[in-house]
Amino acid sequence: MTTTSLAPTRAWWRIPQRYVPVLATLTLLLVMYAVGVSQYRAFSNIQVVFNVFIDNGFLLVVAVGMTFVILTGGIDLSVGSVVAMTAMMSAWLLQGGMHPAPVLLIALLVGPTLGFGMGCVIHFFEIQPFIVTLAGMFFARGMCTFISKSSIPITDPFWTSMAQERIGDPKGNFVSTSVLIAFVVVLVGAFVLAYTRLGRNVYALGGNQQSALLMGLPVGRTKIAVYAISGLCSAIGGILLSFYTLSGAPLIAVGMELDVIAAVVIGGTVLTGGSGYVFGTVLGVLVLGVIRTLITFDGSLNSWWTKIVIGGLLFAFILLQRLIGIRKK
Amino acid sequence: MSTSKARWAAVTGHALFWPVVALIALLVANTIYRPGFLSVEMKDGHLYGSLIDILRLAAPLILVGMGMTLVIATGGIDLSVGSMCAISGAIACLHISGQPDQNALGGVLVALALGVGLSLVLGAWNGALVSIIGIQPIIATLILMVAGRGLAQLITEGQIITINSEPYKAVGVGYLLTLPLAIFIAAGVALLVAAVTRRTALGMIIESVGGNAEASRLAGIRSGRITFLVYVISAVCAGIAGFMVTANVSSADGNAAGLWIELDAILAVVIGGTSLAGGRFSLGGTILGALLIQTLTTTVYAMNISPQTALLFKAVVVIIVCLVQAPAFRAKFARRRPAAPAAPIAADQPKEQVPA
Repeated sequence: MTTTSLAPTRAWWRIPQRYVPVLATLTLLLVMYAVGVSQYRAFSNIQVVFNVFIDNGFLLVVAVGMTFVILTGGIDLSVGSVVAMTAMMSAWLLQGGMHPAPVLLIALLVGPTLGFGMGCVIHFFEIQPFIVTLAGMFFARGMCTFISKSSIPITDPFWTSMAQERIGDPKGNFVSTSVLIAFVVVLVGAFVLAYTRLGRNVYALGGNQQSALLMGLPVGRTKIAVYAISGLCSAIGGILLSFYTLSGAPLIAVGMELDVIAAVVIGGTVLTGGSGYVFGTVLGVLVLGVIRTLITFDGSLNSWWTKIVIGGLLFAFILLQRLIGIRKK
Repeated sequence: MSTSKARWAAVTGHALFWPVVALIALLVANTIYRPGFLSVEMKDGHLYGSLIDILRLAAPLILVGMGMTLVIATGGIDLSVGSMCAISGAIACLHISGQPDQNALGGVLVALALGVGLSLVLGAWNGALVSIIGIQPIIATLILMVAGRGLAQLITEGQIITINSEPYKAVGVGYLLTLPLAIFIAAGVALLVAAVTRRTALGMIIESVGGNAEASRLAGIRSGRITFLVYVISAVCAGIAGFMVTANVSSADGNAAGLWIELDAILAVVIGGTSLAGGRFSLGGTILGALLIQTLTTTVYAMNISPQTALLFKAVVVIIVCLVQAPAFRAKFARRRPAAPAAPIAADQPKEQVPA
């Protein structure tokens, strides 16, 4: 506390501290996978891994957007509703006989627009992100039922081809197109955060907003940008979800924001902002996916155990972050 | 002339001015839409009417809002109240459903005690995470928000437990002295909280912890204990609200009981003028906020709009109320009208925002 050496001290512990949470998540993921493989013979099938990606592709995309927001120290509760609204809107427009291309364009514009609006309110009127995105969540969910009270099936040939397209090896293992799209989003997200000016600004803003402002960084622009990015990611996630389910339902993805926030936290991103990686978020989503797969494989455990296990993991990882935080001081 | 203007400015500048205006506007709109809206009838010794219904249905929200106000006053937030409602309702219904005579008062009292006891334990867990381990409140309570739904379903084993117990049902739909019992329970808890916080130094201490926990600790206040205490109070309030919610429908559903009540409660607190940054609170404001939210919900139902679309209206109201309360928004607005006094706005600067 009182003495701080200027030279960075390297003990036997060679791993830089900022990587510890991500490595802990990686270890957890490997252990869980190993447990699965040792318990169930079918678990070692590579398709199980692919299925985790196929079932969680949209979650992955949304989590990347959430990582941006949480890195600035904010939070976006609207993601689940925006996902549902995008899926709903695409289904509705397609049902009206519109060509897929403009439908995609409109669907991809709505999410970021809402995010941009929320970002503006957060920045210009200094209202807490929690409240603003909560209103955004209500708004988007209300829009879903405003469009239609029942679910709308999608029969458009482009959508069905995207849903049924299987990319894989001759042995029969495959991934869907959505997984590839999710990978692209993850790579772009990681690149933006690590190597662009916007990414640096996001970390700076999350580290200390006052310092960032005094350094002359565009605090307002960055803040609005992260909510727009989160909106865009939610929109992409919504389209992927509509590929996956081939429908738009007003009550789909309820409570998804909690899964996404949990994934980001388990992935090692600190909720006060300033520290975390997209790679960690990917691991966090995979951990959630593997838990669900394990519970499905077991068969005797009920679905509510998923929630309890996720809660327990959240606790463990927050405790870990806290311990690291204490040691830093 | 200038005094009346100043008085007018004082009225419009009051934190609760816009919520009151919104509430009155809603009531007026309802009365225009349905002229019988305001009428209250006496039937079988009970009072009936839309206004009574609003009060009765707002009771759980008021209860949860009381606890939430205190938590937010310390600069924290409690996301787990909805799950707490589900858990306490589930354990109470489980106990009653196992009784040979579901109408026995003793069994119901034990069930209520079990629910409150479990809430105490869960509240202590939240409080310990925040005050002893020092985790940010939003995250600490997020754990129980996620895991709590699972726990509630674990208690009910994924089923909806239906009970047929008159004494338990009374908590939600019973009557006392012509008015619904739920109103008395909510009012009683509200009065108790108000008396304990505003007639003793506790309220001031809570506000000082919310203002600056470290400074108040150095000034001799046991900040940690206060923080711990508010989470326990919040959990107990949520537990009692859970009884009402489950008694209303005479069944416990681990998934649906108290769903989104945490969001409504936070909204009620914010509409009531309590800053999410902590440091000051208004219990009366929270009650007003809860009534506003419930009136809005009832209005939307009465107009035959689906509950989901009702969220759209809620979003609009939330944003408008928050905007007109936001100092930054007021400052921008005031600049265009130089006549409006700028001094109180400047004095009302928000303190550093909590990372939410």
